[in-house]
Amino acid sequence: MLQLLWLIPAIPFAGALLLMVFGPRLRSKAVAAVGVGTIAASAIISLLVAAAFLSAPPAANAYTQTLWTWIDAGGFHPEIAFYLDALSLVMIVVVTFVSFLIHLYSTEFMRGDEGYSRFFAYMNLFVASMVTLLLADNLLLLYLGWEGVGLCSYLLIGFWYQDPANGRAGQKAFIVTRVGDTAMAVGLFLLFHSLGTLRIQDLMHAAQNHWAAGSPYAIAAAALLLGGAVGKSAQLPLQTWLPDAMAGPTPTSALIHAATMVTAGVYLIARTHVLFELAPPIQFAVAVVGAATLLLAGFSALTQSDLKRVLAYSTVSQIGYMFLALGVGAWGAAIFHFMTHAFFKALLFLAAGIVIEALHHEHDIFRMGGLRKELPVAFWTFLIGGCALAGLPLITAGFYSKDLILWSAANSRAGSAGLWGVGIAGVVLTSLYTFRLIFVVFFGQASTPVSRRPGAAMLIPAYVLAFLSIVGGFDKAPFAAFMATALPALPELSRGITEAMSSAAAGAAFLAGILIAWYVYLRNPAASRSLVANPAGRLLHRFWFADWGMDWLYDRLFVRPVVWMAAANKGDVIDSIYDGLARAAALCYRVLSLTETGKLRWYAAWIAGGSVVMVAIVVFL
Amino acid sequence: MLPIREGLIVAGILFTLGVVGVLVRRNVLFVLMSIEVMLNAAGLAFVVAGTRWRQPDGQVVFLFILAMAAAEVSVGLALVLELYHQYKALDTDAISRMRG
Amino acid sequence: MTILFYTASAVAIAATILMLTRLHAVHALLYLIVSLLAVAVIFYDLGAPFVAALEVIIYAGAIMVLFVFVVMLLNLGAEAARAERSLLTPSMWIGPTVLAVILLAEFVWLLVHGSTPPTAVAGIGPAEVGMALFGRYVIGVELASMLLLGGLVGAYHLGWRKSANTEVSRASHP
Repeated sequence: MLQLLWLIPAIPFAGALLLMVFGPRLRSKAVAAVGVGTIAASAIISLLVAAAFLSAPPAANAYTQTLWTWIDAGGFHPEIAFYLDALSLVMIVVVTFVSFLIHLYSTEFMRGDEGYSRFFAYMNLFVASMVTLLLADNLLLLYLGWEGVGLCSYLLIGFWYQDPANGRAGQKAFIVTRVGDTAMAVGLFLLFHSLGTLRIQDLMHAAQNHWAAGSPYAIAAAALLLGGAVGKSAQLPLQTWLPDAMAGPTPTSALIHAATMVTAGVYLIARTHVLFELAPPIQFAVAVVGAATLLLAGFSALTQSDLKRVLAYSTVSQIGYMFLALGVGAWGAAIFHFMTHAFFKALLFLAAGIVIEALHHEHDIFRMGGLRKELPVAFWTFLIGGCALAGLPLITAGFYSKDLILWSAANSRAGSAGLWGVGIAGVVLTSLYTFRLIFVVFFGQASTPVSRRPGAAMLIPAYVLAFLSIVGGFDKAPFAAFMATALPALPELSRGITEAMSSAAAGAAFLAGILIAWYVYLRNPAASRSLVANPAGRLLHRFWFADWGMDWLYDRLFVRPVVWMAAANKGDVIDSIYDGLARAAALCYRVLSLTETGKLRWYAAWIAGGSVVMVAIVVFL
Repeated sequence: MLPIREGLIVAGILFTLGVVGVLVRRNVLFVLMSIEVMLNAAGLAFVVAGTRWRQPDGQVVFLFILAMAAAEVSVGLALVLELYHQYKALDTDAISRMRG
Repeated sequence: MTILFYTASAVAIAATILMLTRLHAVHALLYLIVSLLAVAVIFYDLGAPFVAALEVIIYAGAIMVLFVFVVMLLNLGAEAARAERSLLTPSMWIGPTVLAVILLAEFVWLLVHGSTPPTAVAGIGPAEVGMALFGRYVIGVELASMLLLGGLVGAYHLGWRKSANTEVSRASHP
């Protein structure tokens, strides 16, 4: 059964090719069948593989399937090979299953769009690339998948390309992640140069044998890989692309920018955890980046008025939690949070998609309202997702995963009480912005009338994800045990914060958030206006609305100088060298044509002069 | 004692005089006349050289030069007449339509 | 013999210089004929009587006469002479003279620094020339005759075109 592993990326890839070539000629039902069918097959196979893996674990809890040698040049021969262990198994099961649900949802969401087949082709290609990334046995194949998902992200953000703003958003995403990708490529070069291989398992062994903890090579390699992860996962300082990426269709936002692609960075760090353990300063940097990002994004989410942008900042913030977990050495906790986050964030986006579709593409939350009665399905699913996100104690998956991270932050050797405090503050913020969203959109007066009700294809995935968002956390203990077969356990150091204390604090923070949101947005709407009215409040509001000014900063720092240089070089300095040659030749031509006077005597004079010179040369030299 | 070197020097002087004539005079007829002078000077040089080597070849070549000069003059003068017919002038500087 | 040679060469050079500076075409032609005759004397002095005769008969006798005919046809009068004077400014002579002097200097330098020629004893008569001409150089003779044929046809063609409207041409070419 495990031999079917290679089909998991291959079937969606074949589907993508099919849809790219024949898509425009197929009827939309056929396109939907191919698009969803390939992912369904992939999901089923991954479940079967999981069952086989769990029932009869292979030796060393890892299974490698080698297809062929990709490059063979000197000492460098990476292969197309897939590596299955607990980490990659969990990730591919979650990715394929959530992808299947989102594909099903998009058959109805994207109905009538003239790029229907193109959409499914890109989504299938994305799933193929993502699975390749997750299953890759060596870092080069991982990089292939990495770039593939980046490409599909660009294509899907700018899906409605007729509007240039969407194209610009896609460009921004691609360019910002490219910065990270370049750092990662340099990291790969460094790793290969120092350790001679890119196969991940061999690399980890070699690193442990050759590099002492804190060695500069390890620090450099880990830092570069962190750069790549930060770009792809939209963490500080490369988080500016994710809010703009919401220009793409909602299923894309759900799949790529919430559940799967943005977690590739988390996967990368978890996969190469040995390197990070060998570079404690960088691992600490991971935690700091995660903590800073979760606060920053939380504040930004408080001020947004676009429904999807709130969810985008929320994603950035939650991945910050995952980075925080990785940074303190809670590898399994980070993956657990990834799984629950995939469920409830995808759910939130799907519900948001239902709302947006129903209100005929209205995105501004302050123009929505009172949808509780009009769209009960959307309300309940959004509520469940929102509670999971904020961490409603005991009955939501998000509570368990976030709780685990907070406790790990407090009780890890690499953690600290400060990090725990930041996490708790993040819970307050998360709860606050989530319920702000829920109260503004679903309560109050109705502003925009509902024009379209969702059909079965949109509702079933929502129900399934809602169910998973509730029960997904109950398997915490078996999950941790399973992850321990692939990832090291948390190095514990008690700081006096017990699990009960941490959970209580998290629950209190959750309630605090709800209460503040209820007061400001439901009970006393004038309070929100007065907060913004006073000058300090207005300044903060504008600052947080503009993502802490980072877009402005990057524009001044990078974009404008490059554009200026390009404009200054409009005459193209290099080209003018060649141009200059041509112009010099033309100049010679014009000078020489002056000698064509048409006068006989001048010609005779030139002949006489020439012969004088020639004779002189012959005679005297 | 035959004057070989002096003969060649005379031929050279006549030749350069012919060159000067071609370059200075603008009247086409004078140009042709100067060319005749140059041809004659070249022929003189040939004959002197033939005498120096005690061979008739110099004179034979002079004969060929003569034949060539005759052909050239007949065609050239026909062209001069044609030129005068077209442009009503014999000034070579004025007839410079192949300019460019 | 040498005095004859020097005198004849002086006459030739002087006649050529005078020819170059005349305004009337006919005057220049006459001076040119004198120059050619002087060169014929030089030929005779060098022991080449055959070419001396040829020089007089063909060069001075036929070619120059052709020139005289054309000048008469062109009917260049006093205005032409006046036009020539305006064209022959002293500044025009400087450049070509300099060029020619350099050329002459090179030539003389070459001759002076060359090997000393042996003093020849006797000249070469027409019989010898004839035998060389029709012996070794008979192909040259044929080619020269073809050249003359070409010149003949060309001159006839160019001349006929000019007088296309005269009765003579219409009569001979129906």
